[in-house]
Amino acid sequence: MYPEAAQLKDRERELHHFQLRVGIAALAVLAAFAVLFARFLYLQVVQHEQYAARAEENRISIVPLAPNRGLILDRNGVVLARNYSAYTLEIATWRLRDLERTLAELSEIIDIQPRDRSRLKRLVSDARNAESLPIRTRLSDEEVARFAANRYRFPGVEIKARLFRQYPFGETAPHVLGYIGRISQRDQQRLEEAGVDANYRGSDFIGKAGIEASYQDDLHGTTGFEQVEIDAGGRAVRTLSRTPAQPGNNVTLSIDMRLQRVAEHAFHGRRGALVAIEPATGSVLAFVSSPGFDPNLFVDGIDPANWAELNNSPDRPLNNRAIAGVYPPGSTFKPYMALAALEAGKRRYNSTIVDPGYFEFGGRRFHDSKKGGNGVVDLYKSIVLSSDTYYYMVANDLGIDAIAGFMKHFGFGARTGIDLDGESTGVLPSPEWKTKRFRQREQQKWYAGETISIGIGQGYNAYTPVQLALAVATLANNGVMFRPRLALYVDNLRTGERRYFEPQPVRQVPVKPEHLEFVKRAMAGVNREGTGRRAFADAQYTSGGKTGTAQVVGLKQGERYVESKVAERLRDHSLFIVFAPVENPRIALAVLVENGGFGARAAAPLARMVLDYHLLGKLPEALAPEPEEPEAEEESD
Amino acid sequence: MDSALQQVRRFSASAVEGLDATLLFATVALAAIGLAALYSASFDAPSRVTGQVANLAVAFAAMWLASRVRSELLMRAALPIYLLGFVLLVGVALYGETVNGARRWLYVGVTRFQPSEMMKLALPIMLAWFFARNEGALKFRDFAIGAVLVALPVLLIARQPDLGTAVLVAAAGAYVIYFAGIGWRIIASVGALGVASLVPLWGLLHEYQRKRILTLLDPTQDPLGAGYHTIQSTIAVGSGGAFGKGWLQGTQAHLEFIPERHTDFIFAVFSEEFGLLGNCILLAFYTLLIGRGLVIAAQAVSFFSRLVAGAVTLMFFTYAFVNMGMVSGILPIVGVPLPFVSYGGTALVTLFLGVGILMSLRRQKRLVPG
Repeated sequence: MYPEAAQLKDRERELHHFQLRVGIAALAVLAAFAVLFARFLYLQVVQHEQYAARAEENRISIVPLAPNRGLILDRNGVVLARNYSAYTLEIATWRLRDLERTLAELSEIIDIQPRDRSRLKRLVSDARNAESLPIRTRLSDEEVARFAANRYRFPGVEIKARLFRQYPFGETAPHVLGYIGRISQRDQQRLEEAGVDANYRGSDFIGKAGIEASYQDDLHGTTGFEQVEIDAGGRAVRTLSRTPAQPGNNVTLSIDMRLQRVAEHAFHGRRGALVAIEPATGSVLAFVSSPGFDPNLFVDGIDPANWAELNNSPDRPLNNRAIAGVYPPGSTFKPYMALAALEAGKRRYNSTIVDPGYFEFGGRRFHDSKKGGNGVVDLYKSIVLSSDTYYYMVANDLGIDAIAGFMKHFGFGARTGIDLDGESTGVLPSPEWKTKRFRQREQQKWYAGETISIGIGQGYNAYTPVQLALAVATLANNGVMFRPRLALYVDNLRTGERRYFEPQPVRQVPVKPEHLEFVKRAMAGVNREGTGRRAFADAQYTSGGKTGTAQVVGLKQGERYVESKVAERLRDHSLFIVFAPVENPRIALAVLVENGGFGARAAAPLARMVLDYHLLGKLPEALAPEPEEPEAEEESD
Repeated sequence: MDSALQQVRRFSASAVEGLDATLLFATVALAAIGLAALYSASFDAPSRVTGQVANLAVAFAAMWLASRVRSELLMRAALPIYLLGFVLLVGVALYGETVNGARRWLYVGVTRFQPSEMMKLALPIMLAWFFARNEGALKFRDFAIGAVLVALPVLLIARQPDLGTAVLVAAAGAYVIYFAGIGWRIIASVGALGVASLVPLWGLLHEYQRKRILTLLDPTQDPLGAGYHTIQSTIAVGSGGAFGKGWLQGTQAHLEFIPERHTDFIFAVFSEEFGLLGNCILLAFYTLLIGRGLVIAAQAVSFFSRLVAGAVTLMFFTYAFVNMGMVSGILPIVGVPLPFVSYGGTALVTLFLGVGILMSLRRQKRLVPG
């Protein structure tokens, strides 16, 4: 039948069309697979090396191993700074999408205080680069367990066992030890400039102040490295190779911690400073800047509240007064003035004046602190009784250039080179200094009247307590000056090698030995029969001292200083310098009590306590382990 | 005894009667490759392998059943299944369960169910039935209605959003229309229109949407975000080299740099460990499978059978090409599994049902017109 045949023909044609389309589809499939094959060929053969390297990079991570920080010990081996291990919860903030949400979720299982958050915020803004930052330190075992069970919920958050710095003596000697803190962007910059940043790859902390800062290179050690295989979550799967870290060196100080505690106790919280030096070596035996602070606060990043409290306190506890504070030396300057006069031939031992209680110069009356004067005064008595009139005249006779020229031998107005950062130079006044100091022609000029008060340690005189201590130590050591040092030696734990810091002589002060002897004898007289006699009554050793009282505010001419009328902060500073025993001095120290009034009253008894302990082992009552000790009873009268 | 043996023989002969040796060989080989790759990818959860074996058992049973279904039954079921699927898709849009930000699942009795999955087969069967009704006299109007039949479910699926499934369903529909004989001129003009509409469409997009598309083109722009998958899977493939790192030796997979390594990115695991050689073998099996499917389509008796066979076969191709293309970094990432290889029961059942349908279509003897 025709229609049937036509239908059949249609179907044949249709089938033919369909098969054509199937063929085209087959070709398209082959073409697409060819494209895939070309892509595989490109990735797996042409670019294989590059992708293999990237897979390795993915897989292998170089993990720096931070070295354990060296310990700090006192001269008797007492540990002053140590490390302890604690669990911290750390966040790799750069890996998180939403820090706030993560913190909110974390605080459901771990106690996170607002202060932890604000501290973290500070750390984030201060962080040197991508590193994980602690949100909580010192986790309890229970918290560690709770987090471990929930770890999968917090990628980028990990518990780490970290070593923390601890200062077991807390507020004792904080200005000596200093503290460590997180490496800031500025520290990082400094490390890069010094070319040592590679050694700090694994380190989070760096010394910020005190010995921790000045012996940073020794204490830090050498960073080790570990090649680890990591997974996509950044977690170490296994270790491939390992170069262990080398711990930092232990630093042993010349400080005697017991003496240090006696000295700090003696301050009773008053503001001031004390530096005690072993004259024959320059070793620092005690170093106080009062009030102190607890360096432990700084270890894992100080929280803003504590920081504000320390920083805003009117007592400036963070200020290291012993090396950075500058004060007029007051009458403690007189022994050096006497020496200067003897050396210049301007005075002899028997040079005598009759002291009316003042010295007149250029129509101005310079008063003696003793009303009516001391009568007939020779050189010996001028020191023992601390005659101002005598030294007004000495200064006038010497002239400012001779004074400045002599005093610089004793280190006045120059950094002592003690092994701490942040030392001030102070001011040794001279016409040259004044020219440099002031801008206006009028002010640059040196007036002869200004020389007069220099003679009694007032005027422009301004020295750090460590300079005063170094000067008296040099005097005690017969004019041989040793650079003051806090560190005795450094121990390399790996090699067992001990590196001593040899006493470093700075200079021999050009003075005749007999002149020195005379001044030392006069200073012994101070403590025996002069201004220091009350403080050193019944001392079982000989000592040579000199009291000093430094004016905080200049008095108008004719005005007398009456302590009770002056606000506490404006009262005179109390100073005392001393060495003992006189024959063979083992210790020399300078002590300053801010606004303490007369030197004989505040500073001298404080010095006595330190000497009593150092020379006799006698503890002040409050620190005595046994109250029935006979020495302690004796002291109470 | 003799007769008992004969009975067994006769029974087993009838049981395998509908199966196609070539298709069976290709799918079993691909499934075996899948198990090997899955074993390597499942070092942290070995139960996935046994789970996949169970999935395969179910899928083979489904294939066997489908291979025994006659095409007349398929034609009769075409419209009801399509309508059911469509209603279920609407149900998902209204009452669906949201998992990972996408509303794809429908809770049916005791189990969750993905209606979009069944559309992968229901749509081509429906279209084939629709075109077969007007066999020999297809007009532009028929193709336009066909396009609407495709567009409705595709839009619902894309809205969920499930771009991968939408692409596959749309492709399946497009293949039926292509095989039904739509004019080349229409294909060309639709293509041209599509390209031309890209420019104004680009202007309508939000800034973040544009950025997302740009990231698809250049993954290095967002290495930790959207580009991460592509970068890591490309590294896995490239580092595999010519012969691979060896089974269970892939560092990208074992250190978890490859995301979704059991499912959509299992090809990266395989490719890292077996290299270019393994990829070629995999491509060969897919070529065998697709080639056999096209031959079945070309030899099929009825218009309906041809359309279904051709579309289902090309859908397998689409699966394989899109998946390998996205893992090797030449196609944007859409959620398409590697057919017969990726872990996952639902997709596996759909694919094996497709193979079973191919087998059943082959069985029909070509009628000699008389």
